Amino acid sequence: MIADSRLAPRRRLGGTAGILLTGFCSALAAGLLIVILGYVAIQGWGAINPAFVTQLPHPVGVPDGGVGNGIVGTIIIVAIAAVIAVPIGVLTGLYLAVYGRGLSAELIRFLAEVLSGVPSIAIGLFAYTICVKPFAHFSAFSASFAFAVLMLPLMIRTSEEAIRGVPTSIREGALALGLPDYGGVVHVVLPAARPLIVTGLLLAIARVTGETAPLLFTAFGSQFWELNPANPMAVLALQIFTYAISPYDDWHRQAWGGALLLILAVLVLNVGARLALGRHGKKS
Amino acid sequence: MSLELDSPRTVEVSQRGLTARQAIADRVFRIGLVAATLTFVILIAGLFAELVHGSWESLVAFGPKFLWSSEWNPVTNHFGALPFIYGTVVSSAIAILVAGVVGIAAAVFLAEFAPPAVARPISFFIELLAAVPSVVFGLWGLFVLAPFLGSTVDPFIQRYLGFLPMFSGGIYGIGLLTAGLLLALMIVPTVAAIARDLIQAVPNELREASISLGATRWETVVHVVLPSARAGIVGACVLALGRALGETIAATMVIGNRPAISASLFAPSYTLSSVIANEFTEATSSLYLSALLELGLILFVISFIVNGCARILMWSMLRSQGRRP
Amino acid sequence: MQPAVVAAKDTVPDLVEIALSAQAVSAWYGSKLAIRDINLDFIRNSITALMGPSGCGKTTFLRCLNRIHESALDARTAGKVLLAGTNIYDADVNPVVTRRRIGMVFQRPNPFPTMSILENVTSGPRYTGMTNEPRELADLAEEALRRAALFDEVKDKLRDPALSLSGGQQQRLCIARALAVKPEVLLMDEPTSALDPLSTLKIEELMEHLAADFTVVIVTHNLQQAARVSHFTAFMLGDADRVGSVVEFAPTGEIFTHPKDSRTEDYITGRFG
Ligand SMILES: Nc1ncnc2c1ncn2[C@@H]1O[C@H](COP(=O)(O)OP(=O)(O)OP(=O)(O)O)[C@@H](O)[C@H]1O
Ligand SMILES: [Mg+2]
Repeated sequence: MIADSRLAPRRRLGGTAGILLTGFCSALAAGLLIVILGYVAIQGWGAINPAFVTQLPHPVGVPDGGVGNGIVGTIIIVAIAAVIAVPIGVLTGLYLAVYGRGLSAELIRFLAEVLSGVPSIAIGLFAYTICVKPFAHFSAFSASFAFAVLMLPLMIRTSEEAIRGVPTSIREGALALGLPDYGGVVHVVLPAARPLIVTGLLLAIARVTGETAPLLFTAFGSQFWELNPANPMAVLALQIFTYAISPYDDWHRQAWGGALLLILAVLVLNVGARLALGRHGKKS
Repeated sequence: MSLELDSPRTVEVSQRGLTARQAIADRVFRIGLVAATLTFVILIAGLFAELVHGSWESLVAFGPKFLWSSEWNPVTNHFGALPFIYGTVVSSAIAILVAGVVGIAAAVFLAEFAPPAVARPISFFIELLAAVPSVVFGLWGLFVLAPFLGSTVDPFIQRYLGFLPMFSGGIYGIGLLTAGLLLALMIVPTVAAIARDLIQAVPNELREASISLGATRWETVVHVVLPSARAGIVGACVLALGRALGETIAATMVIGNRPAISASLFAPSYTLSSVIANEFTEATSSLYLSALLELGLILFVISFIVNGCARILMWSMLRSQGRRP
Repeated sequence: MQPAVVAAKDTVPDLVEIALSAQAVSAWYGSKLAIRDINLDFIRNSITALMGPSGCGKTTFLRCLNRIHESALDARTAGKVLLAGTNIYDADVNPVVTRRRIGMVFQRPNPFPTMSILENVTSGPRYTGMTNEPRELADLAEEALRRAALFDEVKDKLRDPALSLSGGQQQRLCIARALAVKPEVLLMDEPTSALDPLSTLKIEELMEHLAADFTVVIVTHNLQQAARVSHFTAFMLGDADRVGSVVEFAPTGEIFTHPKDSRTEDYITGRFG
């Protein structure tokens, strides 16, 4: 029956074509990162100088000027968001990991997953109605609130996974010594889970650092060195957006410069988180 | 150091209960956990409630016809969401079509064919692509992608397919097609990364069974591996679709921001999220603001449903393989 | 093989006082009954070995004795365990406090991974609220490490990570950690099964000293080990439904020389399964 031990040409060709096609698609997806990164780097490099990262924005036509206040504002807003999101996220993750059996826990996990897909602009609207409207003015704090809500799903999930990842034998070791629940968690389980929780936090911070949409009606932006979170504040991502859609070449140049800074910050956070994870993974 | 050994029994331990301090600490700890979890649930409930509350005026004024009225006129205070729903749906549909094909193909290559030395860096790049902020995508889309499409690709398509309504009309560079393609770039990593994990999770026995029947590796992938991961991959695409539906800044920068419904994909359009982004701080009347909040509510409900479905699809696949999600 | 076993220790301590008493203890995993109706008395300052084939419920029974069984998913217990006359399952007895009085050493060494050697040993006293005083802690640690025959090996590197120790050292560290809270009873679940013969020997040697101050219950698969270290031996066996119970309980010398139950005899002469 089988006269020829080779594969029928059509079948062989189909396989080769398939592999080439799928390979091309992955190269395309990965190549895009390089194209975008490269373009931002080339365009942005020219705009970056000491004045750009340290000075206030200047009006159109006035030379120099920078995004210094936006950089500071980003740091302030993200830091406050982390301060809000970390306790809620880690404790909720802990609750799910320790007591998380049954329907209500599944429901909370489901809510966290779904919240991670809710558009950031909807969360921005929420922050507006809660933190802006009642006080009748925009504020950095309202942006932090929106960012905190955006960070929560990731914080909850990574915390739960990190805590579940601590071996039962270690947990039982604490139990057997007669440590109360909180003692075992605080002194034994959380320290063991900390590297993974920190990774999750870094990824969550990376995610919100690039967020722009909710800022439009929360932080709003500012031309000044604003350090008070109760007032409107400049944010780097928002400055990029404003400059990009402006009609001025000089502002476009600054938008590319800002984009380069932003992308570097986000990539460093991501790569850092992955490296921390890798090192941890190898150790255990 | 003293080596005098106490008898174990002389240590003061209360026989039955914790000391008062420990009992309080334990209680505070438990309360803290429950309080944090409740805070989270209340936040989500509050999110929904606030959006409903904020859009109440518009809900009352326009009722369900808000959804299919295409008039958006702040001067006369008449508001309808149809142009934005249209723009959102069409741009997201383009995005998921393109990203679905490219993403699944990339996932197949990474999971099934690429040697680790190739798969690892490519996976790494694709995952980093997911981390690029949307404002950077928007910037690149506005200054690189849109001019390129407008000057090269769109005219080429129109020359050969211009008889179709979807490829007719003026070419501006910015518009539905550009927005859809830019969104596709942004969600490719989501599809590719999740689909790759799901394909890798397909049990090896299935592959071996197929290979031992004489199938090639490609045939095995197409006829055995992909079908058995289908529910999950569909879930991944739905998840990515959810991201495209809600993406704001990048879409705002390249879609043209015109509340009109046009058959042509080259025409400028508007999405739910970009109209909120552009007009929210300029809304003058309370009804206007309320209408914008109602757009946010629609977005929230759509994304809730879409993401809920995606999660259920992926859970059902992992469950059926006897795995904990 | 047998002559070594016959040389079993048959010296029973003079003072006979019951430190721990299991009365009609049964335990479930979900709806599955794992051990049924176990009655055993543990004499103060004695070492009791629990023996039996794999899966007969030795670990489960041991975990009922310090109420750690109930921390597992869907796990349940019935019966009484009297510690110095008080039922540890009484509603008003806190399991956490009970576990301080009944220490446990696990089958695999489980030092706390983020802590140093010293921190591991002092973790019990510190976090159970015994003491926070540095001098006192240092004394407690030295005493516990000496009793676990580990002090000389680690005294110069007390601040090193606990995971830098060898497996045998880690297990002795876990013994020291358990001793540092000064329990009355020490439960050991196959403490040497993951260790090499040399480490095993060290732990067996230190057990003899432990009996002077503690009541020890040790699970072991190893007949020679039971014969060498224990005063009493309980032989457990699972029935047709794999529900474990105690078949025979006697001074170790007796059970190895004149077992009363034929199933015990089968097991110790190697005729079993
Ligand atoms: N976590 C668990 N969930 C369900 N059943 C369990 C669990 N742990 C043990 N069992 C069952 O309970 C019975 C007793 O198990 P146990 O671990 O107590 O046996 P053992 O005598 O310690 O065995 P070994 O000598 O192998 O350690 C076994 O049938 C086992 O299958
Ligand atoms: Mg066991």
